[in-house]
Order: sequence, then C-alpha cells, then structure tokens
Amino acid sequence: MSTTLHIDWTRCDGRGLCTELLSGVLDRDDWGYPVARGKLGRERTDVPIRDGDREAAQEAVSLCPVLALSLQERGVRMAAVEGTRRRG
Amino acid sequence: MWAFGRVSGFMSLALFTVSVLLGILNRSGRPLLVLPRFSISILHRNIAVLATVFLGLHVGSLLLDSYAKLRPVDVVVPFLGSFQPFWQGLGTVALDLVAAVVVTAFLRHRIGQRTFKAVHWLTYGIWPVAMAHAIGNGTDAGSAWFLGLAAASGVAVVSALLWRLSAAFLETSKAREGNFL
Repeated sequence: MSTTLHIDWTRCDGRGLCTELLSGVLDRDDWGYPVARGKLGRERTDVPIRDGDREAAQEAVSLCPVLALSLQERGVRMAAVEGTRRRG
Repeated sequence: MWAFGRVSGFMSLALFTVSVLLGILNRSGRPLLVLPRFSISILHRNIAVLATVFLGLHVGSLLLDSYAKLRPVDVVVPFLGSFQPFWQGLGTVALDLVAAVVVTAFLRHRIGQRTFKAVHWLTYGIWPVAMAHAIGNGTDAGSAWFLGLAAASGVAVVSALLWRLSAAFLETSKAREGNFL
C-alpha cells in the first residue's frame, strides 16, 4: 500500500515547516510554497511518500500551522482522484 | 505554600511571555538562528504547556494556602475574592481563557483551523490581563527585579506586536508583494 501526502492548496500558506521536515521530498518555491521534487501535475498535490519518509510526513501533517496536509493511502483516495481527472 | 505560589505565578508569566514571543515569530514563518521553523513551533507549544503547568501549581498551591484565602469558586468565577477582588479576578479571567486556548490548541485537528484560530487570538488579550494581575496583585510587584523583568517583557511583547503588524512581517512578504510591472 503506497502513501501520499495531500496538500490542500486552498489552505496552504507556504510557511515552510513541511519543506524542512521533508526536505528530500519537498522543495520550496520563491513564494514559500512546497513543490514536490521531480514531480509534475497530480503528484504535486498528492505527493508519493516512501516508507522511510512516512514518519516525517506524519510530523508535517501534525505540525502544519494551517492544517493544509493530510496523509492518504492510495486505495482510499482512488475514487476522488478519478473524479477530478474526468473533469480535467 | 505561599512562597511557592508566588514563584510559580512568576514562572508561569515569564514562560507565557516567551511562548507569546515564539508564537509571533512562528507566525512570521522565519527560522531563528539555528532553530528550524518546526522546532520553533514545537518549542512554542512545549513552553506554553510548561507555563500552564506552573499556572496550575500557582493556583493549586494558593488554593491550599490558608493566608491566600482562596475558595474553589475563585478559580472559575472572577472578582469574588476576599483580598483585592479586582486584581485577583484578572488572574481568574486569565486562567479561564488560558484553559480555553490550551484545550482548543490540543484539539486543533478535530475542531478545525477556524475555531482554533479564533480562540488562539485570545492570547493577545490574556497576556496583558495576566501581567496586570501580576503587577496589581503580586507581593513582589514593588521590588526592582520584578518591575525590571515586567518592563522588559512588556517592551518585548509590544515590539513583537508592532513587528507582527508591519508590512515586512512575513518571511515571504517581499516575494508576495507582486511585481507585476
């Protein structure tokens, strides 16, 4: 089962805590917002998390000052992902 | 019990001051020297918890003290005290509000950001109330060391607040100014 870190862009304010905790996964753009390293499109919003980074990702979820992060198991979110894809 | 009540009250106020300063720094999104942002966040929380523990000891010890003449109702309802009811009542107000802030902070993930934030904003009101309680009610309020520290904390909190309200407060404020030209 693979895990993804979902970034709610309507909440994210680019405070930078997650980019510190997950520096190998997330880069920071000029405005402070997290950008998944080497990822494009959907995977910038639902960032794949390897098992080794899972603990750091959990820390990021609990410490995000604006509650913009959540961890999701691939299987659970599949339906929601399909829904957005159809709309483009 | 009396001496302990005084010291713990002072410790609580000092720690709350540090926590308020760290909270404002945290909001700016800036790291501090060698401390990364998440450490400031954790430090802000832990110092606030420690301050709350000292606040509990402060109230608990004075409740057991025969000289303070504190009744259980004074812990919850302000301005009913037998000695300096107004200044003591401010302490009760601060205690009740701190309880609300701490509980909502721990339930942040359950009650949602909006409620958490609304209650957390109370802190800006609690700090001056707690300080007024310390100055108006404290036995040590006349001594130079206390007044010195109180003045230093006041200056620190007010300057942090002015910084908070300034345009350059956010770490990313420059980038977000929007250079459309």
